[in-house]
Amino acid sequence: MVIEQAKMQSLASRMVEHEVKGRSPWADARKRFVRNKAAMAGLVILILVALFALFGAHFAAWSNEELDYNVMGQVRELGMPSIASGHYFGTDDLGRDVYARTVQGTGISLMVGIVGAAIAVIVGTLYGATAGYVGGRTDQIMMRTVDILMSIPYMFVLILLLVIFGRSIGMLFLGIGLISWLDMSRIVRGQTLTLKNREYIEAARATGVPSWKIVLRHIVPNLLGVVAVYATLLVPLMILTESFISFLGLGVQEPLTSWGALISEGAGTMNYGTLWQLAFPLFFFCITLFGFFFVGDGLRDALDPKDR
Amino acid sequence: MTKPLLDVKDLRVTFHIRRDGDMPWALPRQLRAVGGVDFALKPGETLGIVGESGSGKSTLARALIGLAPATGRAEWIDGADLIGMTPRQMLKYRADIQMVFQDPLASLNPRMTVGQIIAEPLTTHHPGLKRDEVKTRVKEMMEKVGLLPNQINRYPHEFSGGQCQRIGIARALIVEPKLIICDEPVSALDVSIQAQVINLLIKLQKELGLALIFIAHDLAVVKHISDRVLVMYLGKVMEIASSDDLYANPQHPYTQALLSAVPIPDPVLEAEKSVVPLVGDLPSPMNPPSGCVFRTRCPRAQSACAEQVPALMGEGHQVACHFPGPLTEAEIAAVAAREARPVPA
Repeated sequence: MVIEQAKMQSLASRMVEHEVKGRSPWADARKRFVRNKAAMAGLVILILVALFALFGAHFAAWSNEELDYNVMGQVRELGMPSIASGHYFGTDDLGRDVYARTVQGTGISLMVGIVGAAIAVIVGTLYGATAGYVGGRTDQIMMRTVDILMSIPYMFVLILLLVIFGRSIGMLFLGIGLISWLDMSRIVRGQTLTLKNREYIEAARATGVPSWKIVLRHIVPNLLGVVAVYATLLVPLMILTESFISFLGLGVQEPLTSWGALISEGAGTMNYGTLWQLAFPLFFFCITLFGFFFVGDGLRDALDPKDR
Repeated sequence: MTKPLLDVKDLRVTFHIRRDGDMPWALPRQLRAVGGVDFALKPGETLGIVGESGSGKSTLARALIGLAPATGRAEWIDGADLIGMTPRQMLKYRADIQMVFQDPLASLNPRMTVGQIIAEPLTTHHPGLKRDEVKTRVKEMMEKVGLLPNQINRYPHEFSGGQCQRIGIARALIVEPKLIICDEPVSALDVSIQAQVINLLIKLQKELGLALIFIAHDLAVVKHISDRVLVMYLGKVMEIASSDDLYANPQHPYTQALLSAVPIPDPVLEAEKSVVPLVGDLPSPMNPPSGCVFRTRCPRAQSACAEQVPALMGEGHQVACHFPGPLTEAEIAAVAAREARPVPA
């Protein structure tokens, strides 16, 4: 058989020279995630909601502060959703544009959710991984502290905080951030305990890698799967908490608003035939929660090591 | 006589075990995993360590690299004692002593590329190295252990078990150590791959002048690779001898029992060979027998064995036994008969 020797040889050497790109566990997980239809639908919904929060204001005919004096007092007759009047989602009792208010509320609610979850992820992961990796008495003290903090009824503390230090959005972030990392640190600690005696950690210790580097380089990346899943499920939880606080009237204050505040207002006027005041914020609230739950579910399936 | 690279004297590892439900002031129970091991390792030499599961082989290895709490002395060639060093002092020696682990895949971080894994000891011990210098050295090392250097960006799960073990060996070799401790490096691999990995280790050892401590429970593998062999039982050294001497002329009853259990790849010989049966199980290291730890299962045990701990005696071929020497047919028959009956408590 005649094979062009020279050509084959150059091909072979080219194959050896060219660095093969590896398929990382993350790439595998991404592939599985993309194949999951429900999760992708959830992701699309979330992206659309985020775009709505970011750019929705450009399409509003009314700003969120303007009052439409024409509809005031006759909201039920004139304030209904219509393209012609520019109130796409109708107006609220004061004649403010529900569309613009929903855009504003979406932004704030998403921010609360994401900031809360981000605090939980950063603080909880580092705290839990440190406690689990160091072990012994340090672990005992750190985890008992978490137990004590968890046993405090957080809603009560949060409400007290808001009452004492004033109702500001910064205070709300602080309050939610304070409680959100506790569960995360427990989960991460448990995972760290299972990882800590793996041979690759032992290999790193044997070669003299400092402890903090082992935590950051070997433990945290192997935890991120669990953390990512839990974080996506934490975002809706944070949104729910904020909505609850706002529903009570303690959270976000006028002129700012959030889904919880809007739903609260809408629910107050439910009986007067102005159902759109409730329906539109509630719709965004629900699809976002669904979106996060589907994405979280998809992430869990994609990152579950049992699937491999 | 050359100075030994590593001179271990009376190395002990004791774990303190607290059971659930113990009162906080109750003394923890002691588990003596390694109970006084002595050996010396010359530069470039291979020491095989054999023994059944639970005999303390791996704990001994972990104690030497400071992963298990140990007492005693382990003197490095420059006179430093490796036991009881602070982590900072130990760091200098960690580059000289590297370890290859048992489970090839589990000893590699699944989220890191092969290049990052192999480079880790290098960047830890030589933090000043430039990125492309590290990369060149990693690639050289991959070539040396028989991996294609272009696979540097792949992840461990994309390799076979044998390849993963080669990655583990490359990681151990990249800092140019003087001693590599191999903790059962081939027991998780297929027989054909075992041969490849062992021959690779022998080849690299010759090229680089490494000393090896090779832990295994496969006696044939140990014979093939080792200059000297150390037999452990319940945390104690039973016998140390040069590999040829030990396999041809085992003195300790335990060594004889171990060697007689090695299958011979010839059905006729296999059927005829006399096997020294070992009665019972390994005693608990929480509550080891008095005197000689092997006496509970020894065919030749006498009252003296219960009273006095036998010292490791002899020049070159060292045995820790009060009554060393080959077992006679009568003794073997007696054990076989004892095995047939339940042992009286």
